[in-house]
Amino acid sequence: MNQNLSVLAVFSLLSVLAVGGGAAVLPETKELVVNQYHWLNDDQFRDIYGLGQVVPGPNMLMVMVIGYHVTGFLGALLAYLGFFVPAGILSWGASRVWDHFEGSPWRVSLQKGMAPLVIGLMAAGAIAIARTAIEGELTVAIAVGTFIGVSFIRRVNPAFFVLGGGLIGLILLSGTGAGMP
Amino acid sequence: MSASAEPAPPADDSTGYVIPRDVPLWDIFLTFLVIGATSFGGGVVAYLRAGLVIRKKWLDEEHFMSALEISQALPGLNATNMAIIVGDRLRGIAGAVIAFLGITLPGAALVMLLGVLYASNASNPYVNAALVGVGSAAVGMLAAVTMQIGRKQFGGLIDAAIIVVTVTMVSFLHISLIWVLVTVGPAAVFIYRPRKNDTDGTGEPAA
Repeated sequence: MNQNLSVLAVFSLLSVLAVGGGAAVLPETKELVVNQYHWLNDDQFRDIYGLGQVVPGPNMLMVMVIGYHVTGFLGALLAYLGFFVPAGILSWGASRVWDHFEGSPWRVSLQKGMAPLVIGLMAAGAIAIARTAIEGELTVAIAVGTFIGVSFIRRVNPAFFVLGGGLIGLILLSGTGAGMP
Repeated sequence: MSASAEPAPPADDSTGYVIPRDVPLWDIFLTFLVIGATSFGGGVVAYLRAGLVIRKKWLDEEHFMSALEISQALPGLNATNMAIIVGDRLRGIAGAVIAFLGITLPGAALVMLLGVLYASNASNPYVNAALVGVGSAAVGMLAAVTMQIGRKQFGGLIDAAIIVVTVTMVSFLHISLIWVLVTVGPAAVFIYRPRKNDTDGTGEPAA
């Protein structure tokens, strides 16, 4: 199949599967992009995920960089449209009919049932990134440090911890060949 | 539901709050552009609330929560789904498109810039070392955010079982997400189905 069509198809599928947001769909993204289509290897996936974490706005804009790696700027545009538009249309449609279900007890059931599923999917997302990013004691230390920082120092924007992790990596890991292909 | 370009009718509720109808498109674009350019670190809902409810007063708390409820129940990111829903309520389809572009453009431009730089420096040891650090920190951040949301919504042993089943299926059995969603999803909603003698509307199984 044409590579551009594949990019559009993969990210459209991920879009409608992204129940619970970006982190929830990470394992499936990695499975499709790395293992099935071989567009990226493990290290590239981790790196591009990292790029997505240091830019503002919706945290899955990194899909554009994945598309760019497949077919250049057109791939980036198709990944962007594929990932955001199908889910966006669903939300748009739902928001126009949602009020008709005001007071339906099934709305509560849906929220209560989906909440733990989403938490499970987010945890699986953290595991998927850990499998590519955690290699050696220092990376464990950075992950644990960020976990503690984000959990207990609420006044600091979490992005600073992520940038701090990058700075520590730059200073302490650059002589070790860490992350080299 | 016709796909007209008219905004959805503003919901009338007891508070008498009505969503403004005459907000200019450039104002919608600029507001979401600022949110898109400043919402670092994932907590975009807080930025949306500050921008839309507190600063612009386009929505009251109740309408904001209802839009958030839809964004969370459906696939996609809260940030873009919220932009589309709120843009639609303010100015119909044009508002939805403009709000979506506003919230995504700053990050999209920056991530592409970084992506192009990365593609031409993929074997630079400094770039790789920094990105290993960023990736490791992202694991910690994701875990922390998962814990925060988990603590807020945690409802006991049933929830714990659903979480464990989900993680096992995705992370260890590597079952495709679509199968996890169509099996665990309906099962979990069924567990919390409305009960006949549930009069308080909480969805809790009646004692």
